[in-house]
Amino acid sequence: MRVIVGEGSCGLAAGAGKVYEALQTKLEGIESASLGITGCVGMCWLEPIVDLYNGKMLAKRLVHVAPEDADDIAAAVQSGDLSLVDRITIRKEDEDFLRKQTRIALRHCGVIDPADINDYMADDGYQALEKVLGTMTPEEVIEEIKVSGLAGRGGAGFPTWFKWKAARNAAGGPKYLICNADEGDPGAFMDRAVIESDPHSLIEGMMIAAYAIGAAEAIVYVRAEYPLAIVRLENAIKQAREAGKLGKNILGSDFSCDMRIKAGAGAFVCGEETALIESLEGNRGMPRLKPPFPANSGYWHKPSNINNVETFANVAWIILNGGDKFAAMGTEDSKGTKVFALTGKIKRGGLVEIPMGKTLREVIFDIGGGIRDDKEFKAVQMGGPSGGCIPASLLDTPIDYKKLSATGAIMGSGGMVVMDENTCMVGMAKFFLDFTAKESCGKCVHCRIGTKRMQEILTRITEGEGREGDIELLEELCAAVKDGALCGLGQTAPNPVLTTLRYFRDEYEAHINEKKCPAGSCAALLTYSIDPSKCVGCTMCARKCPAGAIAGTVRNPHSIDPEKCIRCGQCLAACRFGAVSVG
Amino acid sequence: MNTCSCSKSDLTLVDKVLEEYAGTPGSLIAILQKAQAIYGYLPADVIYRIAEKTGNSPAKVMGVATFYTQFRLEPVGKYMLMLCQGTACHVNGSERIAAAIQEELGIGDGGTTEDGLFSVKHVACLGCCSLSPVMMINEDTYGSLTPDKALSIIREIRAKEVQG
Ligand SMILES: Cc1cc2nc3c(=O)[nH]c(=O)nc-3n(C[C@H](O)[C@H](O)[C@H](O)COP(=O)(O)O)c2cc1C
Ligand code: FES
Repeated sequence: MRVIVGEGSCGLAAGAGKVYEALQTKLEGIESASLGITGCVGMCWLEPIVDLYNGKMLAKRLVHVAPEDADDIAAAVQSGDLSLVDRITIRKEDEDFLRKQTRIALRHCGVIDPADINDYMADDGYQALEKVLGTMTPEEVIEEIKVSGLAGRGGAGFPTWFKWKAARNAAGGPKYLICNADEGDPGAFMDRAVIESDPHSLIEGMMIAAYAIGAAEAIVYVRAEYPLAIVRLENAIKQAREAGKLGKNILGSDFSCDMRIKAGAGAFVCGEETALIESLEGNRGMPRLKPPFPANSGYWHKPSNINNVETFANVAWIILNGGDKFAAMGTEDSKGTKVFALTGKIKRGGLVEIPMGKTLREVIFDIGGGIRDDKEFKAVQMGGPSGGCIPASLLDTPIDYKKLSATGAIMGSGGMVVMDENTCMVGMAKFFLDFTAKESCGKCVHCRIGTKRMQEILTRITEGEGREGDIELLEELCAAVKDGALCGLGQTAPNPVLTTLRYFRDEYEAHINEKKCPAGSCAALLTYSIDPSKCVGCTMCARKCPAGAIAGTVRNPHSIDPEKCIRCGQCLAACRFGAVSVG
Repeated sequence: MNTCSCSKSDLTLVDKVLEEYAGTPGSLIAILQKAQAIYGYLPADVIYRIAEKTGNSPAKVMGVATFYTQFRLEPVGKYMLMLCQGTACHVNGSERIAAAIQEELGIGDGGTTEDGLFSVKHVACLGCCSLSPVMMINEDTYGSLTPDKALSIIREIRAKEVQG
C-alpha cells in the first residue's frame, strides 16, 4: 500500500512535514508499505491530508492527520484493515467538494509526486509535446488553441491564440516566452498550487507555446514569497532537461528552447506584463506605455509572449483531448474551466475548478459549504485590488467574463474571498486602497496621488471623521483615476470603492451620518458596554483593560467609561459571562 | 568611485557574485538578491560596489533596492516574522494578530527587537489563504492563527533561544 502525504505549502503549514516524519519512523520495516508525497489537492481546510493507495486506486483519504496518528496508520497498512483509521477518514460531504469539480488545470494536483518526472509521464505527461513536435505545425497548434476558446487566466481574459499568433508573426528575434507566476492578487493561490503540485504541466504547456510562437528561451517569473514553488520548479526543469523535454533538439526534433526561473522581489505592479518585463531586465518594475505590445516589443524590446501559469496548465490537455472538447464546456463567451481560490469566511476553503457558467452560489454554497458558523453571507470579493465586492442579490450570476464584469467586479485571477455580516464594506474598500496606494509604482500622477487621496478619505470615514460630500468626492476621484492612470493597476484601483458604493452605499452613509459601523467592525465607531444583570463582578475585564476605563468592585456590576475606552475589545474577550456587548 | 565609510563589509563575498553575473545583462535584481542572502541586508558599501562593477550609478542601484519590498537596507533579526495582511487574512482577523505581536515584541511592521532576535514585516499574501490568518517565521509557515497561538509560537522560539 502506498501512503502519500500532501506536501503543498498549505499542507506543510498545517503540519504535514511532522506527519511525514512520524510515518517514516512507523512504516519502517513494513514491507508492503511505501511512503511518498504529493502536492496540494486543494482541500486546504482538511490539511494535513494523507492518502492510502492500492496501486493507482485511492483506498482511503485521511484528514486532519496528526503525527500521533502514525501508529494507527501503520497498523492499518500492515494488517490491511482500513477500518482502524475510520476515525480520521474524510467525511462523505467533504468528499463532495472534489466530486463536484471538473479538473483540467489541476488534473494532477494532489495526485502525482511533483518531484518525479516519471509520475507525470505515467499520467500522459509530455505526450502532448510529443504530438505537437511530431505531427503539428506551429500554425496548427495555434488553430487548436483558437478552437478551444482558451482565454488568459491571469486576469484580463484575452484570447490566448491571438497573442500567440501576434508573437509568431512579429518580425525580429530572438523571441521570448514568459510565464507570469507573480500571482499578486492577495487571496489567490492557484498558480502556486500548480507549480508546487504539477510543475511539469507548466513546463509542457510552455514548451508547446514556445514552439507555436518560435521562442528560443522561456522564463518563469515567480513571486518572491513562493520559495517552495521555486524549489519544485527548479527540480522539474532539471529533470525535463535531462529527459530531453527542453533544451536542445527537444524530443529529437530540430526545435530548441531552454528555460529558466527569475525570482521576483516583491512588488504587486510587477504582475502587470510590461512592468514584469522591466523587472526581468533588472529595473524598477514600472509599466511601459502600450502600444507597442510585448508581442512586438517586449523583453529587451524583442517579440515576447506572456501568459499566466493556469493558462499554460490547460495547454497540454487541450492538445491531447482536442480544442473542441474544451470549448464544449462553459458559456458562449467563456470556454473551458476556471480555478478559484475559495477563502475568507467559508466553511470549505481551498481550490475549486469548475466549468465556466456555474453560478457563484453553486461555488460558494454547494461546493464551499456556505458561511462559517452559519452566519449570513454578505459579499464575495473577486478580482482582488482590481475587482469588486458582489452582494448576495447577485449570487445567481453565472461565472463568465462578461457577466462578472457587468457586476462591477471582474473574473480576475480567480480569488474569491467570502465575507459575512461582520465584514465592513467601507473597511474592505479602505483595505484595498491601502494596498494600491502602497503598491502604486508612482510613475503616473493619477494613480500615485489619486489612490492616496481615496485612501485618506476612506480612512477618515472608517474613523468616524467622514464628512458630508465625501461620497461624491470619492466618486469623482474614482472616475479621474480610472481615466487617467497609465496601467491596469491604477485604471482598476477604484473598482473596490465603486462596487461597495454601488451595493453598500447605506453602509457608507451610516458611517458618515450616524457615525456607526453596521458590521460592528470599525473600532473607532464601536461602543462597549456591560450589562449589569449579567455581570457577576469577577473583575476580570477591569484587570485586562489597558486604559483603566472599567470601574467596579468585587461581586458588583462593573461599568465602562466611554471617554477613557480605547475600544481594544479586551474586555469582550475576557468576559466569561457574556456581559460585555459591543454596538 | 566613492565608497561609504559608515559600514565595512567583506566585499570579496559580493565580488564572487558579481563575477558570476559579469556579462549577463539585466541581472541587477538577482545580484541584489544574492548579496542580501550573504549579508542579511544590503549594506551601503555593498551597494556602491555593485554599482561600480555593474556600471550603474549608485542612484540606479539604490532605486531598484528601494522599489522592491524584499530588499532591506538595515540588518534584521535572527527570526524574520512575516505576517500576512492579504485579503483572506484581513477578513479573518490578521489585524488582531498584528496587535498581539506588537504588544508582545514591542515592534510593528518593519521593526526589529532590541535583542536582535525578531524582525516583523507585513506582507500581502503568503499563498496559504485557506489557512488564514497566516504568518511565516524564517522558512516555516503557521496557519489558522489566533492571537494566543501566535504568541505561544513566538514565546517558544524565545525560550529556545534563552536556553541556548
Ligand atoms: C496591476 C496588475 C497586476 C497583475 N498581476 C498579474 C499576476 O499576478 N499574474 C498574472 O498572471 N497576471 C497579472 N496581470 C495581468 C498581466 O498583465 C497579463 O495580462 C497576463 O499575465 C497575461 O497572461 P494571460 O493572457 O495568460 O492571462 C496583472 C495586471 C495588472 C494590471
Ligand atoms: S491572504 Fe494571507 S496567505 Fe493569502
